[in-house]
Amino acid sequence: MAVYSFTVNNKPVQVDAEPDMPLLWVIRDLLGLKGTKFGCGIAQCGACTVHLAGSAVRSCGIPVSEVAGQKITTIEGLAGNPQAENVQKAWIEQQVPQCGYCQSGQIMSAVALLHRNPKPTDAEIDVAMQGNICRCGTYDRIRKAIHKAAAMPSHPTSLQKSLTHS
Amino acid sequence: MSFPHKIARREFLKHTGLSGLALILGIATTEEANAAITKLHAAGIDAAAMSAPAFDVANITPYIIIEPNNKITIINPKPEMGQGTYQSIPALIAEELEVSLDAVTIITSSGQKNIPGQSAGGSSSVRGSYANLRKVGAAAREMLRTAAAKQWNVATEECIAENGKIVHKATGKTLAYGDLAAAASTLEVPANPTLKDPKDFKILGKSMPRLDIPLKVTGRAIYGIDMELPGMVYASVERCPVFGSKLVSYDDSATLKVKGVIKTVKAERVLGKNRYEGVAVIADNYWAALKGRKALKVQWDHQGFDSFNTKDYEQHLRDLAATDGLIAHNSGDFDKAMADADATHKIEALYETPVVAHATMEPMNCLAHWQEGDKVDVWTSVQGAGIVKRELAETLGIPQDNITAHISFLGGGFGRRLAADYAGEAAMISKQLDKPVKIIWTREDDIQLGPFRPMTFSAMKGAVTPDGKALAFQHKVISPSISATKSDKYDKTKPDRSMTEGISDQKYEIPNMKNAYVFADIHIPMQPWRSVTSSTLAFAHESFIDEMAAAAKKDPLQFRLEMLTKESDTKRVLAKLKEVSNWDHPLPKGWGRGIAQYEFFAGLAANVVEVSTRKDGSIKIEKVITVIDLGTVVNPDMVKAQVEGAIVMGIVAATKDAVHFEAGKSIQSNFHNNRMLRINEMPAVEVHILAEGGPVIKGVGEPGLPPVAPALANAVFAATGKRIRKLPFDLNKV
Repeated sequence: MAVYSFTVNNKPVQVDAEPDMPLLWVIRDLLGLKGTKFGCGIAQCGACTVHLAGSAVRSCGIPVSEVAGQKITTIEGLAGNPQAENVQKAWIEQQVPQCGYCQSGQIMSAVALLHRNPKPTDAEIDVAMQGNICRCGTYDRIRKAIHKAAAMPSHPTSLQKSLTHS
Repeated sequence: MSFPHKIARREFLKHTGLSGLALILGIATTEEANAAITKLHAAGIDAAAMSAPAFDVANITPYIIIEPNNKITIINPKPEMGQGTYQSIPALIAEELEVSLDAVTIITSSGQKNIPGQSAGGSSSVRGSYANLRKVGAAAREMLRTAAAKQWNVATEECIAENGKIVHKATGKTLAYGDLAAAASTLEVPANPTLKDPKDFKILGKSMPRLDIPLKVTGRAIYGIDMELPGMVYASVERCPVFGSKLVSYDDSATLKVKGVIKTVKAERVLGKNRYEGVAVIADNYWAALKGRKALKVQWDHQGFDSFNTKDYEQHLRDLAATDGLIAHNSGDFDKAMADADATHKIEALYETPVVAHATMEPMNCLAHWQEGDKVDVWTSVQGAGIVKRELAETLGIPQDNITAHISFLGGGFGRRLAADYAGEAAMISKQLDKPVKIIWTREDDIQLGPFRPMTFSAMKGAVTPDGKALAFQHKVISPSISATKSDKYDKTKPDRSMTEGISDQKYEIPNMKNAYVFADIHIPMQPWRSVTSSTLAFAHESFIDEMAAAAKKDPLQFRLEMLTKESDTKRVLAKLKEVSNWDHPLPKGWGRGIAQYEFFAGLAANVVEVSTRKDGSIKIEKVITVIDLGTVVNPDMVKAQVEGAIVMGIVAATKDAVHFEAGKSIQSNFHNNRMLRINEMPAVEVHILAEGGPVIKGVGEPGLPPVAPALANAVFAATGKRIRKLPFDLNKV
């Protein structure tokens, strides 16, 4: 076991873990952030997608030892990020999720895409979102939601109203 | 960290002590069809009782709780697995109660005695609840109106229910429901409360936003896999992917050296008549349990089952296709019609479909806590509290009353979670450990260990008259039986109605028809999969109807309509589809258009699929247009979402990887070789709902699926002249 220090959702954290423990299980079981999901364990489905230094990565395939000193964002850390909140708002407007299990990962991939490419084409969406499987088949709505988010002003009104069901 | 569990409590299973004398309404289960409505005083009810059997007071089955502090709780007996019951079921009550869904707390039932139908499957949730739950909401509304009228000393007719309040229009006086709850709870419950006129609906029939979506876009939605309890440990179980293997011995010396591993114990998974042994690695975190599992050395005795393989089994089914089987339907004189028919107008074909996995995005999991007095609590994703209680009582040998099922959101169901084998396994491990344990299946476990959708083979025969009319038709199903893989009581002397689902129920007027079933034994566990056997039978049925249309030299849709002279829902659906798909409008060169419909227990839908051929010979699915027939619709946008999902799942099953067995086990193991549709392969989709009102309500979740594969295959035929008779097929190599 070793102690690893890194940043999760802008907060410094320290975890005592085996070096090969995937970031996914560190996030879920050691840090208690359950929004990041386990889907396949081999970086094929994207349910575990988080941001590592701003890029979308599959946390099931990254050992904790590799993220020491780095900056990680999970779905819980999107609050307050205007562009990310636009994506969440567009997801609500398009009523994208069904079971919802893959949607944290879908949203993390979409936010990373819009961050580097604010007006993606369909072909660019295809490339960026191909790593995220949705078994409920929400792809058509995901595409529409990404276009919708891309068209939103960059400083949205608070999500408060759309997120009241808690 | 225990806060995720606290979140679950607060946000999803949220319940606190009732705030005094509450109005609680439910249905007494003694009368099932015409549910009577009854009530009880809430005073003295245990605060924590919402998720415990202790709530079962005086045979009351609560659906609504209105507390003096204005808190309104609606109990939802249909777990939310993506199909939208978190909105559509409470909506039935809220509409009549005159409350906004924003203003209510929704909790999923946990197996309380006497709540009927605590399971979701068969596209039955809304259609099965529509009449009764509206009545529950209406009864509460009427009691609140009466209570207000008494208090104001005015006529009840002058008191209007709106938005959680009773309003006296003449004076402008209002009372919130909470203020009236205590008084209302002392009133007689109206046996037949007036239901709202659908034209006054504020929620039902409208595309209302789903209440679970804000939770699901922020990571706050809690699933079974997210549950935690203080003092819990994790388990991962090594089982043999060769079904029927026995555990000989195992060596855990390397496992026990893995940091975090606590111990190993024997595990048992019970799935119907089948019992599968396993070795559970217990650890203080899941990663350690997984690592420990990989370090196990297990000796299995395959008992000869490692000789099983798909290739030989498929040949076995082809051989069986030559046998007569059991007659499932016989009308006219099929044999004579075929004997008399002109050879140039007779066709036959064998259609083949594969075994597939459900592959819900959330792998199977369960947090179980076996406590003193053989009380068992499970936190799990399952398609109904009723299912898990029944199954666990049998598996564990304890009374159902001892079991409480805590259900939050499900990361997909698709029929897989109609079985609760993973919960029984977890409970038995918890008993051995004397502490709460969370088991999580790996994706490999999920895909390799079943239960699976069975394959069906279909031997088809048909004849058309020289002037192009359907004369004779036969659909003979050759397949394993889902029931037989689960129960020793399966009756092989009768055709399996579930395995011949829908083949004798299509509305086509064919004068001579003989359908049959040939049972094929198998030791692999099978399970209903979204749209059950219609998911495979429709492929054969509607592709072969297309073959008959070709033999009759008719347009496929025209050929179908000519077999539908009488009025029927099928006829209406096809007429609508003809219109919305621009069926008679020519497509670009190299494109093809196919049609299929299927009616079965869940409902009725028809699809048109448009495909294009690329220069390299590969096929692209351009567009899918669906007409679904509902009668009455509760949430149109949610219906569209469900059909979109059914289309995707239908395409996956038709064109992606099937589960293929070699040396006794599935060679598919994870999403790299059990591939799913991805966003770049998504066609345009267009969903049309036929909902003209009336008493009939049809299912939503499944009907869009069965017509996908045949409409696609028929489109490929239209585009290329190649007839697809075996699924899955590769769009790149037609």
